[in-house]
Amino acid sequence: MNVSHDFGVWVSALLTLFVFSFLYRDNPLYKFAEHLFVGVSAGYYMVLNFWTVIVTNLWDPLVTMVTKHQAPFSASLGDYRIWLVVPGIFGIMMFARLLGRVGWLSRWPLAVIIGVYAGLKTTGFAQGDLVAQVQASLQPLLTGHWGSSINNILFMLGIISSLLFFFYSREHKGVLGVTSRLGVGFLMVSFGAGYGYTVMSRISLLIGRFQFLIHDWLGLR
Amino acid sequence: MGWLASLQKLDRRWIFALMGALVMIPLLFPIGLKLTVSRPVQMFVDAIDRIPDGSTVLMSCDYDPASRPELVPMTQTALRQLWDKGCKVVVTVLWPGGSGIVDQTLRGVAAEPPYRGKKYGSDWVNLGYKAGNESVMVLMGQGITGAFPADYTGHSTSDYQALPIMKNVRDYSSFPLLVNISAGYPGTKEWVQQVNSRFHLPMVSGCTAVSTPEYYPYLQSGQLRGLLGGMAGAAEYELARHEHRGPATRGMDAQSLAHVFVAFCIVLGNLAQRQRGGGGGA
Amino acid sequence: MKREIPLFLTAVIGIFMILSFFVPHQVVSVPADFLQQSAVILVAFGYVLGGANALKVNFDAVYKREPGWIYKLVLIGSLIATVAIGLAEGRNWQDETTRSMWIYNNLYAPMNATMFALLAFFIASAAFRAFRIRTLEAGLLATAALIVMLGRVPVGDYATRWLPWKWAQLSSLQQWIMDNPQNSAKRAILMGAAMGVMATGLRVILGIERSYLSGED
Repeated sequence: MNVSHDFGVWVSALLTLFVFSFLYRDNPLYKFAEHLFVGVSAGYYMVLNFWTVIVTNLWDPLVTMVTKHQAPFSASLGDYRIWLVVPGIFGIMMFARLLGRVGWLSRWPLAVIIGVYAGLKTTGFAQGDLVAQVQASLQPLLTGHWGSSINNILFMLGIISSLLFFFYSREHKGVLGVTSRLGVGFLMVSFGAGYGYTVMSRISLLIGRFQFLIHDWLGLR
Repeated sequence: MGWLASLQKLDRRWIFALMGALVMIPLLFPIGLKLTVSRPVQMFVDAIDRIPDGSTVLMSCDYDPASRPELVPMTQTALRQLWDKGCKVVVTVLWPGGSGIVDQTLRGVAAEPPYRGKKYGSDWVNLGYKAGNESVMVLMGQGITGAFPADYTGHSTSDYQALPIMKNVRDYSSFPLLVNISAGYPGTKEWVQQVNSRFHLPMVSGCTAVSTPEYYPYLQSGQLRGLLGGMAGAAEYELARHEHRGPATRGMDAQSLAHVFVAFCIVLGNLAQRQRGGGGGA
Repeated sequence: MKREIPLFLTAVIGIFMILSFFVPHQVVSVPADFLQQSAVILVAFGYVLGGANALKVNFDAVYKREPGWIYKLVLIGSLIATVAIGLAEGRNWQDETTRSMWIYNNLYAPMNATMFALLAFFIASAAFRAFRIRTLEAGLLATAALIVMLGRVPVGDYATRWLPWKWAQLSSLQQWIMDNPQNSAKRAILMGAAMGVMATGLRVILGIERSYLSGED
């Protein structure tokens, strides 16, 4: 056993054990670690976004424009000069949310964000998740090989029956009822597979922490 | 009431203790269960192998320390595979909590004996974190330096003396492949929707196990050329790359026992319920 | 003014972003690029706002001596300390030897990882106490879960390698489930969700969906 002499490793190990203590029951050590984590995370995110975005993408280009005496309104692709003042002002307006009476000012920058992401997501989902997926679903049902033919027929049946399950404009009776019940079966199989993979993911996280405690802290293996 | 039914009243802390022991013991005393490489993992390896040697590849590491056990081994192995081909790597991070761990991972591989000749700025560059999720992805399509004016160390990405790798990097057309290692949002799904669909950049993905089933349709449609799923995917990737007893492989014994335990819990819980008869809950 | 201008902004910008997908001309692409750059900057301001809001909420809680206010002092103290150290260290705050990176490596990273690691225990407990197979559908779910869980790890191969047919071994069954029934259902969900997102996106752009403007006028 070769226990670490690094103060930071000991702090990490103790905080790890504080969080694990929740498994026994909620206690002051866990609460301390939880609040420390939230405080450090929030502070880290603030500093990160300040230095990597607000300074790099907003402040530095404006300072460059002034120090290099660039024409302020001569913007081109990727070089927006004085126009960057607009998102700068909108960004400051976001803090109006913290002040009760002028809180409505924060809706303007929020509207810009919502507009950009609504537009990006609409086209992204349309192209990536709808058009491309429909295209990929059109597979030959008879491929000449009985194994892949069965798979393709099953695949097509699965997509159609699962989609029909989500069709709520008509009551699920008759042919629609039977098909949607089949769709439920396919959906249950997919949820079961998802559950299996979720179990794997969660256990991996635990393995990672134990590897840290055993290897980095206690130096056992 | 039989002994099975009486298990229903078992304090859940005993289950926690048993789970902890079953994960801890194989880490201390490895079993060495053998893995086999699955088809999606082989596709990932082949997709990287197919790109021309010496190309500049975009790698987006979108994760934070919570996903370290699953995704850091994938990042390390992918970086080694790319460097073995003489490829240069441009790395971006879209998760705020990830910039530190990604930089440490990259530097860790760069410090390994076979790769000590790899020079920061010439063979690889870490552009660091940028907020904005999908906006950043589409912004990069117009120009990488527009989205990332500086790298992780603060050097301007237009300074070709400090960062010679950026001389031939304009936009997505400068890369033959995107290697995306992601833990959730923003991640593989957004890269497929915004970059693969709009800019037709081929991509492969390594992701957490919880996201893997969701990305199988992208694999089948060809939008993803390969897929690594979770720690098992990372371990198979290590095997495919002949990396013996890598960090993911070392965790698979514990993973196996834990899976058997959870399966056992499902079966035992239902048998106990049947013996008791009636409803039950957590 | 308080609602109309944001709705107008959302509509114009949203339509412009959709247009930029189809029109590569610089008349559209340059303003669209600027809007994306603005969104990046605004999201960063949003993160800073989030931290400031956390401070405000917890300051109020401490002032009013709400239950657990002592822990909120820990939160406030750690937040202010992290920000102060990060700002004081300047542009090189992410270098390996800085105090900010010490905080990241020894406070943020281990606690972030351990919080999620707790879930492994709860998933085992829930598997025993709550996973009940009472219907055919639940049985299908459980069967798929067991095959995938055991087939994805080496122990599945060890348990079934004595079977003469490779397709019947757990790893092959697991891969078949992932490639076929699971894939088809997930694709249906993907396509349905895509239509839902498109509809919601258009509703937001056209001003029918206004929940993001919540609050008094």
